[in-house]
Amino acid sequence: MDNKRRQFITSLIQASAAAAAGGTIVGAFVEENKNKPLTLRPPGALKEEDFLKTCIRCGLCVEACKNRENKVIIDGNEIITLKLGAPGDNVAIGTPYFIARTGPCFMCDDIPCMYACPTGALTPDMCKNDKGEVAIDYAKMGVAVIDPSSCIAFWGLQCTACYRACPEMDKAITIEWKKNERTGKHAYRIPVVHEDACTGCGMCEMACVTEKAAIKVFPRDVFLGKAGDRYVKGWDKKDQQRVKNASTKTTTETGRSKLSPIQNLNQGVTWDQ
Amino acid sequence: MGSIIKNRYLILRRISQLTILFLYFAANYWGLKILMGNLSFSKLFNTIPLTDPYAFLQMLFAGAVISSDLIIGVVIILLFYGLIGGRAYCSWVCPVNMITDFAAWVRRKTHHEKDNLINATKIRNFRYVFMVMMLIVSTVVGAAAFEFISPIGMFTRAVAFTLGFSWVWLLVIFIFDAFVLKNGWCGHICPVGAMYSIVGSKSIIRVWHNKDNCTACGECLKICPENQVLSPVIDKKSDYISGIECTNCGRCIEVCNDNALEFTLRYIINKKGENNEKTATN
Ligand code: SF4
Ligand code: SF4
Ligand code: SF4
Ligand code: SF4
Ligand code: SF4
Repeated sequence: MDNKRRQFITSLIQASAAAAAGGTIVGAFVEENKNKPLTLRPPGALKEEDFLKTCIRCGLCVEACKNRENKVIIDGNEIITLKLGAPGDNVAIGTPYFIARTGPCFMCDDIPCMYACPTGALTPDMCKNDKGEVAIDYAKMGVAVIDPSSCIAFWGLQCTACYRACPEMDKAITIEWKKNERTGKHAYRIPVVHEDACTGCGMCEMACVTEKAAIKVFPRDVFLGKAGDRYVKGWDKKDQQRVKNASTKTTTETGRSKLSPIQNLNQGVTWDQ
Repeated sequence: MGSIIKNRYLILRRISQLTILFLYFAANYWGLKILMGNLSFSKLFNTIPLTDPYAFLQMLFAGAVISSDLIIGVVIILLFYGLIGGRAYCSWVCPVNMITDFAAWVRRKTHHEKDNLINATKIRNFRYVFMVMMLIVSTVVGAAAFEFISPIGMFTRAVAFTLGFSWVWLLVIFIFDAFVLKNGWCGHICPVGAMYSIVGSKSIIRVWHNKDNCTACGECLKICPENQVLSPVIDKKSDYISGIECTNCGRCIEVCNDNALEFTLRYIINKKGENNEKTATN
């Protein structure tokens, strides 16, 4: 009996050691695999960290997208937005994503993908405006970003393809007119993205005429910065409200913090009087 | 005809497994709303939710907010396997079983049944510890950990959605089972199988062994993927196979030429117990 018990305990310890080793390997693999910050998620997706916890990888959103009412056919090919990540797709395995350039989100009015999700990983809560109204226009899948060096509008050529493709035309993308000093008689018509209205659908990226899109959609966390409480738009009452409770405490103490602002600004300047 | 009867459970199991895969495929490609989703979460007839309890547990440990759909789905699955099916998921539903059965067949055909690179008895408890370990890892990484490597997920998604490099992982499972360790994946590693063993431990569908008919030929022990559940009973007593790891596949029943084994309902019917040395109650 004693011998049997010893054997059992030994085998349990061996199994535990093996499982710990296996667990460590799997843990490292998961950590590596889930860390794909450039993945674009369907409308209504939770913040990426919560999304990865909550999505059970069932693919019901993908099915809903694939079988949505209005099929989009381009050059004879049906365009399907959502895909489910398979190994090798460079996406957390089994989770839904889309590639804007080849399969943007067509912003279905009834948002079938979001309502198909059983877990709440896609939720109307994340597709709301300030008043609590749910609509696809309030989706925040990502944000479009323009590369001025390859956008031909910045060269002075006439384009506006992205502007015209945008489902939120004149809200998410506007065209800014600027004088073309080089020719003296032409205008630049420059596309400008407004992050507050852009849903990140990627229609602009698909429409962009350049060889490699000059306008691209990124997850909002990846691209958007944050000015913080220190900088205020003096001309905007609401912005004053935003910083009402801002702390004035300096949190970063360096050698320079000991100097007064004037000393700091004038440091290293030799006055030529 | 004889061979159909001889392989009746095998044929039924393959029909069951393939039908499920086909319905998943049809739901995605044609919008057929019979069985939608995949083996981590499905919707039956577009209304009844079915949730894999192990995926659910991983989500709990990862710290997800759980929806009511998932909870209802878990309850349905637990009731089904807990009361009726036992570990039948593994042999009647899970598609990976087709790969591991194929690997076992290759072993038999090439007469390499006993050639293991790993000592099988030493790691018998591994799957249970691994099951717990994957839950701990889920907490640490904040995501359902096993779902990242699950060949079950890979297989069903490969059929219903996209394949990607899933085949590599499925091939690894085959090679592992065929050449490294007999019944390696399902019998020693898979935490989902471990979970269903525990869930189904009290189920009513069980294999019954009639000692009077048994000629101790040992064929059943050879074919059973979890033969530790048979050995305490075969040729020793007339009793239910009560080992929790029995997958209710029926392979032993098919292979027995002496009608010593059959499916029966534990707890409800006990009339076969006339000759048994110990009346089955557990
Ligand atoms: S809203 Fe976009 S992602 Fe959702 S179903 Fe429509 S096209 Fe697909
Ligand atoms: S429907 Fe929801 S849970 Fe299922 S794959 Fe899509 S996001 Fe994940
Ligand atoms: S700017 Fe681009 S990504 Fe944003 S809403 Fe318009 S088309 Fe969609
Ligand atoms: S479609 Fe592309 S090239 Fe044309 S204006 Fe838009 S970003 Fe520039
Ligand atoms: S196959 Fe039948 S006769 Fe042979 S050992 Fe098993 S139960 Fe007994």
